[in-house]
Amino acid sequence: MSSHIVHAGHQAPTGFIRRYIFSLDHKVIGIQYYFLALFSVFLGMGLSLLMRYHMVYPDAKVGWFETLWPTGAAGGIMTPELYLSLLTMHGTIMVFFVLTTAPQSGFGNYFLPIQIGAEDMAFPVLNMLSFWATFLALVVMVAAFFVPGGAPLSGWTAYPPLSAVGPLAGPGEGLGQTLWVFSIAIFSGASLMGAINFIATTIDLRCKGMSMMRLPLTCWSWFVTAILGLLGFAVLLAAGVLLLLDRMAGTSFFLPAGLVVNDQILSHKGGSPLLWQHLFWFFGHPEVYIAILPGMGVASQLLSTFARKPIFGYRAMVYAILGIGFLGFFVWGHHMFMSGMNPYSAMAFSVLTMSIGVPSAIKTFNWIGTLWGGRIRFDTAMLFALGFVSLFVTGGISGIFLGQPALDLYFHDTYFVVGHFHMIMGVAAIFGMFAGTFYWFPKMFGRMMNETLGKIHFYLTFIGVYAIFTPMHFLGIAGNPRRYADFTNFEFMGKLMPVHTFMTWAAILTATAQIIFVVNLVWSMMRGKKAPVNPWEATTLEWTIPSPPPFDNFAGKHPVVNHGPYEYSVPGAPKDYIMQSDPA
Amino acid sequence: MPGSITTDIVGGRGAPPATTGFGGGDGDSRGASRRASITGLLVLLAASVMLFAAFTSSFFVRRGLSNDWVDTPLPPILWINTGVLVTSSIALELARAALRGGRRVAFNRYWTGATTLGALFLGGQYLAWRQLNDAGIYLATNPSSSFFFVLTCAHAVHLLGGVSALGYIDVQALLLRLGPGKRTAVDISAYFWHFLDAIWIFLMALFFFWG
Repeated sequence: MSSHIVHAGHQAPTGFIRRYIFSLDHKVIGIQYYFLALFSVFLGMGLSLLMRYHMVYPDAKVGWFETLWPTGAAGGIMTPELYLSLLTMHGTIMVFFVLTTAPQSGFGNYFLPIQIGAEDMAFPVLNMLSFWATFLALVVMVAAFFVPGGAPLSGWTAYPPLSAVGPLAGPGEGLGQTLWVFSIAIFSGASLMGAINFIATTIDLRCKGMSMMRLPLTCWSWFVTAILGLLGFAVLLAAGVLLLLDRMAGTSFFLPAGLVVNDQILSHKGGSPLLWQHLFWFFGHPEVYIAILPGMGVASQLLSTFARKPIFGYRAMVYAILGIGFLGFFVWGHHMFMSGMNPYSAMAFSVLTMSIGVPSAIKTFNWIGTLWGGRIRFDTAMLFALGFVSLFVTGGISGIFLGQPALDLYFHDTYFVVGHFHMIMGVAAIFGMFAGTFYWFPKMFGRMMNETLGKIHFYLTFIGVYAIFTPMHFLGIAGNPRRYADFTNFEFMGKLMPVHTFMTWAAILTATAQIIFVVNLVWSMMRGKKAPVNPWEATTLEWTIPSPPPFDNFAGKHPVVNHGPYEYSVPGAPKDYIMQSDPA
Repeated sequence: MPGSITTDIVGGRGAPPATTGFGGGDGDSRGASRRASITGLLVLLAASVMLFAAFTSSFFVRRGLSNDWVDTPLPPILWINTGVLVTSSIALELARAALRGGRRVAFNRYWTGATTLGALFLGGQYLAWRQLNDAGIYLATNPSSSFFFVLTCAHAVHLLGGVSALGYIDVQALLLRLGPGKRTAVDISAYFWHFLDAIWIFLMALFFFWG
């Protein structure tokens, strides 16, 4: 590392609370986000296991169900209402507190400033507030389980009228649903604060020589994700305010006239549930890219590093990220084909949806191009990056089917959709997080993760998620409806139930395999082999500083960048990689 | 980095000292923290625009949906409030011009005036809401009144933030603590205030023409 201008570094705060709790350090905040997401992912996964178990053993009496939910599981048998509340909370926790939180706010907070050569984010106090607001949002969300009536039933999309009419609509639709809306509003505010920081930091705090076209693709993906979050969460916040007023102040934004709920005619009039759907999905579709773009950035970074080749078509990759982000704002209607819309609108949304396949395909081909002819190192981090590409392709292809109105009318309320979005938005993004964890763990904690445990965990998880979610596509084609708590009363479902049983056991085994990850994570933090500065022989700036980094990242020095982020196997170079800060 | 807006307002150490070569990758050694603050403000404004755009598009969708829309009569005090807000923006610009010319007493006078007018606007909005209530028009009376209260409240919440920023600078100025490092705070507070001005004029047009 050369070409440094040396300056005195900042002093780290010495008090425990200022250093680890209300910290202004982007690295600590990044780790806080990471562990918040880790807690959330296990909570969300636990809920999904309960649902899957109930689905295949609906009559089994489970004593502790009743302990946890005396009303919702009286006699140890889960009611459909409890099932729906688990469904709602699973989706909400996974989408907001895992997929939105870990890849962007976790890894992004930790590594964006370091990768661009800055000491911290542009607005550290805002950064701290953003994390603690997210934490508060999670507390409020989880509190919904413990209030009278329990957690809401209306799904992570909270469609009115169900979400807007209050306790009359069922258990969970009282205080539980109100807490849900408050939590999402707080989360939206936190995300906006985070987005402001990411955008200002990327634009204005890059070190000398770090032009936009020398940014690692991780930084590009965090930057574009922040823009999506900025524009999307503001709209979700507005929608949440209107929903809250419908629930609590008697307004009629989303509630139509003449609505009869539980034999009572409501006094609301003139509103439109479709209005909520438009507002929600204007946020909701970009949210898919908020979840997946950081994974794309990590995959690009790792494929190049571990194939020892420059990323294939760097500029094309940047334009593809921008293209996906831009087009993502014009396709929300494809979530609403079933809700009813002018066929011409549906056609426009469909064509625009298909067009996202172009930048997505550019990225996929470029990843394959990067691998082609490379000297691939199959470390665990790389395996998860390859797994990400596989899952992205698998989940993306089924999206082409769903983007066509004629097919979506059939598939929309079936397990085909469940399989699709779990592949693309759920496990692909989570594989991106696993890849990021194995790749950056040495830098974050100063120790290496165990490769053997990592590989066992990877293969079990990779096979496991395909075993869970691939059959869902076939079930969907066979007409298996989604959101049902129990299929035993449907004759046509009889022959499909063994598939559900298979998926449930695959889910239980895959979830069990995650214990290996947790053991590896905790054990490696304490006993793992000491990490060198640059264990992967990578090129970006985080690998020029100690593991873990000092408080102000570059110890008072400020790097100067002379190279692109992926200069591997450059002919004539003394090593097979050139660090970004190496002399020109 | 004492004296910078990043340090003073948001506790920043993200922006480096002014001679380190930081700042947008171009090697420009000056103004990185000022630029970050201005970028942060522009990004915040983009989020606010999206918030009001979402409310406004809902306004038009809801207005076209059914026959229960009854235009909300605009309380006359809103026109006075509009004048107060525009005057406060003009006062802010006069204050900034005074600051550039080194006329600190004039700056204090104009800035205090603008802050006071901002607070007056908020008081005027409260009176407008009371007048509507006295006329039997509440949040849930009909969709037009619902949007009127939602939009004016959303604007008032923004304005509360703006008045707080203006008040902070005013106190700093009156305590003779408004050093050169706080010029950025002066500028971004003023830009934010003008933005709220523009949003308010847009809202008045919306209420006046589509009610």
